[in-house]
Amino acid sequence: MNIHEYQAKEILDKFGVPTPHAEVASTPAEAKEIASRIGGRVVVKAQVHAGGRGKVGGVKLVDTPEQVEEVAAALIGSRLVTKQTGSGGVPVDKVMIAETLNIKEELYLSIVIDGDVGAPVVMASTEGGMEIEEVAEATPEKIFRVAGDPLIGLSTYHARDIALSLGVPAKAVRATTKLITDLYNVFVENDCTLVEINPLVITDDDRVVALDAKINIEDDALFRHPDLAKLRDPNQLDPLEQRADEADLAYVKLDGGRVGCMVNGAGLAMATMDITKAAGADPANFLDIGGSADQERIEEAFKIIIDDDDVEIILVNLFAGIARSDIVAQGIVAAAEETNATVPMVVAMRGTNAEEGIQILADSGLNITGAPDLAGAAEVLKEKLLELGGTN
Amino acid sequence: MAILVGSDTRLLVQGLGRDGSFQANRTRAYGTNMVAAVHPGRDGQKFEDEVPYFSSVAKAVEQTGANTGVIFVPAPFAVDAIIEQVDAGLELVVCITEGVPVLDMVKVMAYIKDKPTRLVGSNCPGVLSPASKAKVGIVPGNIVQPGNVGVVSRSGTLTYEAIAQLVQHGMGQSTCVGIGGDPVHGTTFTDVLELFQEDDETEAIVMIGEIGGVREQLAADYIREHVTKPVVAAIAGSSAPAGKRMGHAGAIITGKAALASEKNKALAEAGVHVVESPALIGVRMKEVLGS
Repeated sequence: MNIHEYQAKEILDKFGVPTPHAEVASTPAEAKEIASRIGGRVVVKAQVHAGGRGKVGGVKLVDTPEQVEEVAAALIGSRLVTKQTGSGGVPVDKVMIAETLNIKEELYLSIVIDGDVGAPVVMASTEGGMEIEEVAEATPEKIFRVAGDPLIGLSTYHARDIALSLGVPAKAVRATTKLITDLYNVFVENDCTLVEINPLVITDDDRVVALDAKINIEDDALFRHPDLAKLRDPNQLDPLEQRADEADLAYVKLDGGRVGCMVNGAGLAMATMDITKAAGADPANFLDIGGSADQERIEEAFKIIIDDDDVEIILVNLFAGIARSDIVAQGIVAAAEETNATVPMVVAMRGTNAEEGIQILADSGLNITGAPDLAGAAEVLKEKLLELGGTN
Repeated sequence: MAILVGSDTRLLVQGLGRDGSFQANRTRAYGTNMVAAVHPGRDGQKFEDEVPYFSSVAKAVEQTGANTGVIFVPAPFAVDAIIEQVDAGLELVVCITEGVPVLDMVKVMAYIKDKPTRLVGSNCPGVLSPASKAKVGIVPGNIVQPGNVGVVSRSGTLTYEAIAQLVQHGMGQSTCVGIGGDPVHGTTFTDVLELFQEDDETEAIVMIGEIGGVREQLAADYIREHVTKPVVAAIAGSSAPAGKRMGHAGAIITGKAALASEKNKALAEAGVHVVESPALIGVRMKEVLGS
């Protein structure tokens, strides 16, 4: 789960990580008032769940409270389209107004789970402000990595090693060491999947401050963090993803594709997207209906796919283990009849109750072409795409 | 012979709620020797009138000689079940449960590191050896066939897909192993490859990877050095965009190594028969074994 920067800042504050003086506003008037309170030059930051906002006008340096009001008025209620959003962008409901600092150095600090090490790993770099992927590509020697111990945590000497590797001024070593240790605690105690401070800055008076904060919380761990669960902001999701989220379906909207995919199992769903691409068309979505979906969820899954304007044809690929093919078929037929869907479908159905499922679909009178398996589905899809015409 | 599970498997099932009971029923119907059921508050009762219930794993092991455990308990309690089974001394623990918090898995892996128990999962379909009718998990018994191809995969349904393709082309399986799709999990590709290489019954190996992480590259390194049996591999997710989680918590492209193309390259360089499409696993294996 993504949370907003201002929410991440609140968590950092609670754990003693130094952050700039900043407050969040929902209206231009509030923004102006906050700017007056902070005084001097401030930065106005759109609160959205997407990186790259600075490049599209989502972060602005502003000198007076009056100008802050104007900037906030333009941002609040608008949508930002960044390289990480779909073409529809994400809505700006709030802005954060923060003090500006005199910065001497910009550094990078993050914590992620390294599955191959089996522990949280602190990554640090002297290349603050840059994306870590770019640094990893261009100058991997500038990234320092230290794994925490799964049972003990991050030892202070490890945190100090990172501070020293970053070459922070002597006066700031102790504070940086503490900041890294505190950040590790933020990660572990809140079940994060990502804590990223970019940039972490050294001010001209040698203070170390987390200038920006990105925190992702693990969805699977929200059951033990009811307070964090409340931070979810569904408005930031694509409307179709939002509906899938509510129906507990693993769905990702993919821009520009025209083949809707409905599959059980994440691996098979990816494989189905892959054969779609190989058949000459882009998949419109990733969708895993899961193993124990009831008819109602299948219906919603189908409706989400057909409500996607990009979808011209649907590929259903089911290999039922726990799932039951007849229930999936009933769900598809019910949803298609309710919505008067005429979209052509290619369906491969195998596993538990597959024969019953195929029969239900055959009896439905819907525009369905059967396929025996994955390879067969790819071939049928290719033929159907030719019939439909157009390119992708 | 097969690997991990076989004719000497004495199975304990923990967590017999709706899904667990359904799967335990399927497991017994398939012919697997299920000797104990663990579910709190059902001491003295019997699952399907035959398999004794226990409230504690240790007691179940003591009284039934169970050596293999499978876990269906809900995610918030799954880690406790793993630790309980490890402490009871089971040789193999298979955790089917999906949605176990990753930091819990981090702790479990550290806890079991020096213990004799092997863990498969969490979030996996489990292990099945067709010849000895040993099914520990949720791989459907009606799709497999005894034979000499070992199957190892991160994904459940893609495991079934590979099995179906093998059967369609007349090839059975020695053992099918689903290692799970979470970023931190027990038994790895490399562990299973090592077991298949040593197994007399296994002549060839199907390996199905996914985008995310570098475990496929580690497997490629291992294959280059140690595996002499032919390996056919497919990597799912070549069409997935970067930065988006494709269902599995581990299936997300973060950095170049996580790309399907990079994994394919590493495997091909290690001498693996890499198929461009997951639909071609069976065809390619037939070619490889026929030549």
